[in-house]
Amino acid sequence: MLTRPTLLKILSTLILFGAWEIAGRIPVSYAFPTFIESMQALARMTFDGTLFVAYGETLKPLVIGILISTVLGITIGLFIGLSGWFDWLMSPIFIVMQAAPLAALIPLLVMAYGIGLTSKVFVVCIMAMPVIVLNTSSAVRNTPGSLKEMGRSYLASDTEIITKIIIPSASPLIFSGLRLGISAGFIGAILSELKITPTGVGDIITFSRSIADYPSMYAAIFSIILLAVLFLNLLESIENYLFEGNNRGYVSD
Amino acid sequence: MSQTKSAFGQAASLDTEHAVITRNICKNYGAVEALKDLSLEFPRGQLTSLLGPSGCGKTTLLKIIAGLLEPTSGEVEVNGRLINGPGPNRAFVFQDFALLPWASVMRNVAFGLELRGMPKSEREAIAENYISAVGLSGFENSYPHELSGGMRQRVGLARALSVDAKVLLMDEPFSAVDEQTRRKFQEDLLGLVQNENKTFIFVTHSIEEAVYVSDQIAILLPRPSRVSEIIRPRALHGKDVSNIRRDPEYLDIVDQIWASLRSYVE
Amino acid sequence: MKVGNIQLPGMSSLLLWGLIWEIVGRSGLTFFVPPLSEVIATLFSVIGTPAFLTALSETAYAFFLGVFFAIVIGVPVGILMGKNRLADELLLPWVNIFLSAPLTALVPVLMVLFGFGMKSIIITTTLFAIWIIILNARAGVKQINRSLVDMAKSFLATPWDAFFKIYIWAALPEILGGIRIGVIRAVKGVIIGQLLISIVGFGALFELYSSNFLMGHFWAVLIVLFAMAFAVSELLAYLERRVSYYAATR
Ligand SMILES: Nc1ncnc2c1ncn2[C@@H]1O[C@H](COP(=O)(O)OP(=O)(O)OP(=O)(O)O)[C@@H](O)[C@H]1O
Ligand SMILES: [Mg+2]
Repeated sequence: MLTRPTLLKILSTLILFGAWEIAGRIPVSYAFPTFIESMQALARMTFDGTLFVAYGETLKPLVIGILISTVLGITIGLFIGLSGWFDWLMSPIFIVMQAAPLAALIPLLVMAYGIGLTSKVFVVCIMAMPVIVLNTSSAVRNTPGSLKEMGRSYLASDTEIITKIIIPSASPLIFSGLRLGISAGFIGAILSELKITPTGVGDIITFSRSIADYPSMYAAIFSIILLAVLFLNLLESIENYLFEGNNRGYVSD
Repeated sequence: MSQTKSAFGQAASLDTEHAVITRNICKNYGAVEALKDLSLEFPRGQLTSLLGPSGCGKTTLLKIIAGLLEPTSGEVEVNGRLINGPGPNRAFVFQDFALLPWASVMRNVAFGLELRGMPKSEREAIAENYISAVGLSGFENSYPHELSGGMRQRVGLARALSVDAKVLLMDEPFSAVDEQTRRKFQEDLLGLVQNENKTFIFVTHSIEEAVYVSDQIAILLPRPSRVSEIIRPRALHGKDVSNIRRDPEYLDIVDQIWASLRSYVE
Repeated sequence: MKVGNIQLPGMSSLLLWGLIWEIVGRSGLTFFVPPLSEVIATLFSVIGTPAFLTALSETAYAFFLGVFFAIVIGVPVGILMGKNRLADELLLPWVNIFLSAPLTALVPVLMVLFGFGMKSIIITTTLFAIWIIILNARAGVKQINRSLVDMAKSFLATPWDAFFKIYIWAALPEILGGIRIGVIRAVKGVIIGQLLISIVGFGALFELYSSNFLMGHFWAVLIVLFAMAFAVSELLAYLERRVSYYAATR
């Protein structure tokens, strides 16, 4: 059944893509293809396999970087949240990293690690990790004291308190950190493909720009944004699967 | 439709005894019938309480009179005129005070006048009057978060008084203050009713409070929502204020109301 | 963190890290990390140079204009979304998508549409900052106390008065929170723009220093940039705390 929200979603999609189509037909700029042209280019690249080859390239540093950031970030965040000493030592680094434009490090990374996979993984990691660490640590630090006391009063061991109380109660914030981290990771992955060496999707974008094949360029950009959105939706389903209780629904007035 | 309405309005304007009249008000929230065919008259210059169990539609009725909610059907007449929205002849006192947290007491009290476009010096002179009338002199430049709950409600009251509306609508104005302050407020309210020549419509949960302050009590009952009874403890008000709570008549009325309400809370 | 009875101040571990940096630098372990003392000496010699001042002014120009547009467009749009259900339902999905989309991928589009100059950098900055500003302004309006809205209505406030005397102020803590996060993102956006679009401002300095292997210069400018970014975010956090007193009492 068509409910009002789905109907409006369809409507707003139609409006945006319609506006794109119209702007492309005027055209607002010689470099602004219509929506339909872009979608045709997307279909062509999908069916001749270009897109899959490109994503095989792009996803490598992205997935490796995100995995490292997730595992390392959550671990560091847990330690920071649990130990005051570690907090004192490590927090400032990540707070500064979170506020700082780390993209400025790219030229240095390229010098140190060359233009290969390592540099790109590094870029993804430095973009994605700070927010994961900071969200995890603040969630762990702010676990309600009453919950921990409840655990202790029922004679839970320290490990049990961490795995059965602290982590579940921190999980919503950890996941929102992951969401932010992954989207920053995407930014880093594309940045490194555009800045360091054109590979994967970055290559399609750069190359089609250089030969003025704008539909392909827009199609590639469209696909990477779509991929990021799908990736984040996947993460949300994982969260819902792992921690069903996090989905507490909306509080309406 | 507008013609019949205005014809109605003129005919009714002869009625000078009642400041507010509601006729056949119905209000539905989706499938919930909050009010059903409710008619009630509010005598001019007197205080009428709306009393009833939670969820029986007191706030809904008050907001309809204020013009903040549209009734599903039915009409409200204020000073002989049908209303179609909020108006300068009514002022609302909110249960949660509805003060601007970023504005001083002075600006809060003068805010109604500010929205009417009154010049600053003029409105602040008026506000100053009411600030001292509610006993907050010296706090003009304080901010709401620096005041106690009781003081905040005085600010809300001063704001409603300063726009000089003839009808004051109060939604459980004393429910967020402690018992001592509440008693003090109730005495002050009796004074206001006597001196200000305004019509008060007052929502409360408390039977004792209703009997103590009211000239007329409308008891509302839910499912379906209706006025079940109107009680006029007017006789009490000839008596000495400090003795009302010991008056046998007061106690009788409290008992009587409790008797008719108790079946709804069980 | 406490040592004995002394409370160590929040960021004091950075001193320890500085010390480690100095030791690593002196040990000559890697060419890329010169000793901190050397970097700081370079910092003071670099800071007054015309090259640095040009980079600073170019970056500041793009940054402030970008943030300005993000606020001037973002706050009203967010307030509109908070007030109007239809606008909210039409816009919210897109705002959410662009909030988490890899905006770097859009930079090439800006380049072909708006050229390889300042204009594209400013738009990149705005794009990085605006979505969170919209979302927070929306959230701020959504949580406005119903009675404040009713109060304005009962005093017959005009839409204009209601907007400027109530909504903006009632949503101010959230709006400021959004602006703070937006500004942090804008700092990142302006640097990314400078690296990708045209090599100007700090982006140009970084390229210059790294291609000439001037590691001391590179780190010196990086420290200045990080310090400024951090200072801006702390300043905004301070402003936010100044109004948070009434966020709690609303
Ligand atoms: N916005 C709304 N949407 C749906 N139903 C509502 C809404 N506001 C009130 N109701 C319903 O209308 C009925 C009357 O509500 P109202 O707030 O007028 O009660 P009340 O007498 O003021 O209660 P209380 O004493 O608890 O304040 C209730 O059953 C409530 O569930
Ligand atoms: Mg109520």
